[in-house]
Amino acid sequence: MSFLSYLINGISLGSIYAIIALGYTMVYGIARMLNFAHGDIIMVGGFAIFTIVSTLNLPPLLGILVAVVVCTLLGVTIERVAYKPLRGASSLAVLITAIGVSYLLQNVALLIFGSNARQFTSVITVPNLKLAGGKLSISGVTIVTILSCILIMVGLLLFINKTKTGQAMLAVSEDTGAATLMGIDVNRTIATTFAIGSALAAIAGALLCSTYPSLTPYTGSMPGIKAFVAAVFGGIGSIPGALIGGVLLGVIENLSKAYISSQLSDAIVFSVLIIVLLVRPTGILGKKITEKV
Amino acid sequence: MKKLISLSLAAAMTVSLTACGGSQPAETTAAGAAADATTAAAAEGSAEGTFKIGVIGPLTGPAATYGLAVQNGADLAVKEINAAGGVNGMMLENKAEDDEHDPEKSVNAYNTLKDWGMQMLVGPTTSKPCIAVAAEAATDNLFQITPSGSAVECVANDNVFRVCFADPDQGTASAKYIGENKLATKVAIIYDSSTEYSSGIRESFVKEAANQGLEVVADEAFTADSNTDFSVQLDKAKEAGAELVFLPIYYQEASVILKQASDKEFAPVFFGCDGMDGILSVENFDTSLAEGLMLLTPFSATEEGSKKFTSDYVAAYGDEPNQFAADSYDAVYAIAAAIEQSGATPDMSISDLCEAMKGAMTEISIDGLTGAGMTWAATGEPNKAPKAVKIVNGAYEMQ
Repeated sequence: MSFLSYLINGISLGSIYAIIALGYTMVYGIARMLNFAHGDIIMVGGFAIFTIVSTLNLPPLLGILVAVVVCTLLGVTIERVAYKPLRGASSLAVLITAIGVSYLLQNVALLIFGSNARQFTSVITVPNLKLAGGKLSISGVTIVTILSCILIMVGLLLFINKTKTGQAMLAVSEDTGAATLMGIDVNRTIATTFAIGSALAAIAGALLCSTYPSLTPYTGSMPGIKAFVAAVFGGIGSIPGALIGGVLLGVIENLSKAYISSQLSDAIVFSVLIIVLLVRPTGILGKKITEKV
Repeated sequence: MKKLISLSLAAAMTVSLTACGGSQPAETTAAGAAADATTAAAAEGSAEGTFKIGVIGPLTGPAATYGLAVQNGADLAVKEINAAGGVNGMMLENKAEDDEHDPEKSVNAYNTLKDWGMQMLVGPTTSKPCIAVAAEAATDNLFQITPSGSAVECVANDNVFRVCFADPDQGTASAKYIGENKLATKVAIIYDSSTEYSSGIRESFVKEAANQGLEVVADEAFTADSNTDFSVQLDKAKEAGAELVFLPIYYQEASVILKQASDKEFAPVFFGCDGMDGILSVENFDTSLAEGLMLLTPFSATEEGSKKFTSDYVAAYGDEPNQFAADSYDAVYAIAAAIEQSGATPDMSISDLCEAMKGAMTEISIDGLTGAGMTWAATGEPNKAPKAVKIVNGAYEMQ
């Protein structure tokens, strides 16, 4: 019974990683850049919800909506101000800019909200599920997290494969130059990608803070790094890869905490990453890239 | 630029010197005369005069709450003792210097106080400055008692004593308290392996738990990087049938643990140390989750024995006293008791005074705010019964 409980908690944690990893993987797939500020957008979403729900006492659903809008606008603005001017620059310059944006967001939040941790009021009020005569109790947040992850994944796959904008994203990710020649507005497509990724970050923020109810300006940074690992693990650029990578990472983390050592769990997670990358350098579902000479 | 700074510094110094000279010329001469009288009187065996007690702590900066509390606590105790006729007829005089919780500035503060004529030191307030000043005080062989320097190294030299428990002693005290009050037999621990404070307490707790017949059924760690997800640690504690979960951690993480435990419908007794003090002030924290939480803290402002102190303190300084104020109040009373015990007089040299006080400290016993029947070992560690509070209806209740 306890094994099942660890497993389900691991899947729930992994689902959150997966939703965050989607943001990394989509942006990487299309813009070929690592958006290290992604984790901090989660934190902004968390604070937006906290302000609406706990400070202004408005309904949680409104809080999530506002957070999605705030994060989407923030994501698009960051792309416009910080990344777009660097589109032709070396990838190292963009990477460093992304790290700069990450610190900027953290410090602005530190300035506005202070460094004290806040207890986050859960926005999900689904009752706990009891199985096997009460021996196995699954919290409502866990169920909602796993379901939202599946829904988001299916919705995103449909969006990419069935809509024009989605097809445009695929085209840009395959060959930016050719896509431009075909009349696709590359800048708009990239902005859309950032908008979707950031909206997902807001939802991830709601789920993350509801499961682990402590909100500080640094809330997003560790989950952000883990989700980045999940994206690389599953094969960066691949959407199903983000799901598989995220869930596997969450399960490995929780099971190693439970059965090996709660102190070493992070070390184990990152060792698994190294081993996977040694065997499959492009991740589990990553495409094999052959450079033509 | 440098010139400008030194000029302004010089100006500030002149102003402050003038201020000192202007405001208390009469007092200075009076003290001087008294000192002369003492020297003369000491020869005849009677005791008069003033002991100069220095106080060091962060009076400005982020840790200022602690330093100001120590300053005020010592000030209140000195005033009370003097109003009651002093120690064997000799008065105490106190002066506080700011160290901004910085070891280097603390040493400067120490030197400033020595120039003032300090004979004994209450402080420094925080551990790192305390360690730095202890090295100086050892060279001078100056009697030092820190109210709240809890790191082990603070009292490494034999001229230093402390009022608070050392970090590891909190673990021992917790295990003793749990064992003696039969709170539980199966105990789980969740601690932060990335801080010295938490892992130090945990280590001594585990050692003492064996003596107290406590069974540690789960011993789980987290680190600064994973301090939001405690579901596995809590599941393991629940699975192992823990009746009590010991949390030698700071209150932010504890607030998350309490929330996650209640989501899991896991309701053991939660037990913390002084780092837990503050849990009721976490923003947006549902204080009903902390109902029944116990913590070791040496002082409670609302308890019967500290009511007079609390009201006097509020009347004098406008703030509610915290444990630091109580620690330093007790420190001054310990000094007074040791002076009485040893028969020390202000005209003794600093080193002779220290030798006399050192010996007397191990012989005295005082009923302080932070413990009844406090005694000290020659190592400088206090020996007092730990006090625990339980949170009832969102407020501390002394056990």
